[in-house]
Amino acid sequence: MRCGVVLFPGSNCDHDVFHVLKHVLGQEVTFLWHEERSLKACELIVLPGGWSYGDYLRGGAMAALSPVMQAVREHAARGGPVLGICNGFQVLTEAKLLPGALRQNAGLRFACVDVYLRVERTDLPFTSHYRKGQVLKLPIAHGEGNYEHFDAELDRLEADKRIVFRYVNPSGELDPAWNFNGSARAIAGICNEAGNVLGLMPHPERSSEELLGSTDGLGLFQSILEMTVPKVAGAPRKLMGVAR
Amino acid sequence: MRARVTVYPRREILDPQGKAIRAALERSGFEGVREVRAGKSFELDLGQVDAAGAAVRVAAMCEQLLANTIVEEYEIEVLSGAQAGATGGSAAEGRQVR
Repeated sequence: MRCGVVLFPGSNCDHDVFHVLKHVLGQEVTFLWHEERSLKACELIVLPGGWSYGDYLRGGAMAALSPVMQAVREHAARGGPVLGICNGFQVLTEAKLLPGALRQNAGLRFACVDVYLRVERTDLPFTSHYRKGQVLKLPIAHGEGNYEHFDAELDRLEADKRIVFRYVNPSGELDPAWNFNGSARAIAGICNEAGNVLGLMPHPERSSEELLGSTDGLGLFQSILEMTVPKVAGAPRKLMGVAR
Repeated sequence: MRARVTVYPRREILDPQGKAIRAALERSGFEGVREVRAGKSFELDLGQVDAAGAAVRVAAMCEQLLANTIVEEYEIEVLSGAQAGATGGSAAEGRQVR
């Protein structure tokens, strides 16, 4: 699968994602600069973690308005897979490709720690390699990962089964002590209605090799590689973002 | 025409920063402060527009960029006169809260 990793000024997990996709999973990977208007025929788009444009105003707010995001929007509308990790998740919410917002952690502290996630559904292109209810150990490293939305919208996310990952304790149970950022409904990751856009705060790319202490994140990338991606070649020209 | 926008966390949402500041005020001997809300403020110079036009433009800016209305609410003050650093009147011309 041809994969594109978007580079915003301040991204710092870009090479980690590149490494996993290319060297661990043997895929073709290219970087996409934030000023690009074309996704260079990439089938999977990853918005990596780090910062973007200094995260002025709010995390991801400036990046959501960058030229490359228009192309990402069109890719997502065509059903192409888009994965946002950490700051990438913030960018996706600010771009309204995912609902809700990520606020400052409830404890006001930057949280850099391993967390446990429960896989809430496995019928998504992102989670087919996991078992329902499986507990994953992945690291988080963020100051603004406190997921928030209106109560009615949270109810709707639950009803529509769009909560893909929740923070749990090592036994897989909901436990406020293990919800490090205070996210509503212990939300760690959600998807869009169509299921082709996923955002999560924890870092699967940092737990995809034995050397790093956990390979629990690898399944997410492996799942995506097995999904059938809408053919890029057949896409209308304007959807390829070539109208520069 | 100038405008000032103040953005606060929505009231229904826990404001951990405001809470921490309130507690620090109390520790500093300022008792009786019941609530502190921590927000941010923007001052905009809008050039030559009338007050009504300014309010509409700034509201659109708030909705699209300056505030994230899922977690924040905003207040717009359209300013004129001394308050805005210009000559003439001195009071805020309009106030708009969302």
